[in-house]
Amino acid sequence: MITTTRLVEVRQHVLKHNDVVARALREEFRSNGTFVVSLVSSPGAGKTAFLEKVLRKLRGNYRVAALVGDLATDNDARRLARSEVPVKQITTGNVCHLEAAMVRDALTGWNVEPLDFLFIENVGNLVCPASFDLGENMRLVLFSVTEGEDKPLKYPTIFNTADVAILSKIDLAAAVDFDLQAALKSLQSVRPGIRVIGTSSKTDEGLDEFLELLYTERHANTPS
Amino acid sequence: MHELSIALSILDLAEEQAQLHGGGRVAVIRLQLGPLSGVVKESLQSAFELARESCSMEDANLVIEEVPLVSFCPVCQVQRTLASARDLCCPECGAVTPEIVHGRELEVVSLELES
Repeated sequence: MITTTRLVEVRQHVLKHNDVVARALREEFRSNGTFVVSLVSSPGAGKTAFLEKVLRKLRGNYRVAALVGDLATDNDARRLARSEVPVKQITTGNVCHLEAAMVRDALTGWNVEPLDFLFIENVGNLVCPASFDLGENMRLVLFSVTEGEDKPLKYPTIFNTADVAILSKIDLAAAVDFDLQAALKSLQSVRPGIRVIGTSSKTDEGLDEFLELLYTERHANTPS
Repeated sequence: MHELSIALSILDLAEEQAQLHGGGRVAVIRLQLGPLSGVVKESLQSAFELARESCSMEDANLVIEEVPLVSFCPVCQVQRTLASARDLCCPECGAVTPEIVHGRELEVVSLELES
C-alpha cells in the first residue's frame, strides 16, 4: 500500500480553547459591571497579605469577592475569608497555574454576583500563569523587595503580560539594601511604561494609591 | 511545569484539525514558538514525547520553529527584531518599544497527514 502525505495549513493558537473561554468571561464581566483583577507572583511575595488589605478597604463600599488558586491547601482562602468577603478556593492539584475554564467553573453556581470587583489570586509561580488569559481586566505582578532587583529580568514573559507591578514589602527595603532604581530599570526594560506601586501590607504604604488606580480603571472599563 | 498541558493541547488541536481535513495519521505537527510565549522549547519537546504516548498519536513528530522577537519602534516607525526580551528597546535608536509585533506565538502552523 502506498502512503500519501498531505500538508494542511492550520494556523491556530494552541491555547485557543482557553482564549475562547477567557473572552466569554471578559464579555460577561463587562456586561455585569464587574472589574476583574488577577494577581501573579512567586510564592511568598505577599499576594494574600496584599489582597486581604485591599478586600478590607473595598468591602464597605463595593460588592467584592475573591477566587484563590492553590495547589493543595486552603490556607490562603481561609486567610482571605477573614476580610469577610465571599472567597472561593480553586484547588489546582498538580496544575501550576489557573486556566480560564477553572475560573468559569468556580463562578458557576457561586451566588455572589453581581460584583463590582472580583480578584483572582493565581498560584504562586512566575512562569506557568503567563500563557493563560483568565478574562481579567488588570493583571498585577507582585515582587517583593527581598527577592532581588533583577526578578523582572529573570521572568520577562510574565512581567511583560502584567499591567501593574506591585513592589511589595517596601517597608523592608532598607533592611535588605534594596536598590529601587535598579528594580525600576529592570521593570521598564521588560515592560516599558508599566505602572509601579510600592506597597507594604504592614504599614499600608501604597494601598491608597493602588485603590485610586482601581477606581479609575474600573470607571474607564464600566459601560456608562 | 505547564509544558505537559500545552503538549496535550497541541495533540488535541492536531487531532481536531486532522478530522476537519479529511482524517489521516498525523505524522508531523509544525509549531511556531515565540520567546514571549511562556514556553521553553526543550521542555515542550520532552513533554510532547510523553504526551503522545497517552493518545493514539505515538508516531507524531513535533517540529518547533522559534520565531524572533519583533517590536515596533515608535521613533523609527518600523518593526525591529530584538535580541532579548530583557531589553525592549530599538537596537538602532535606543527608544523603548513596548508594542510587541511578534514573539508571543504558540501556534500550530501546519500538519502533515498520512493516509
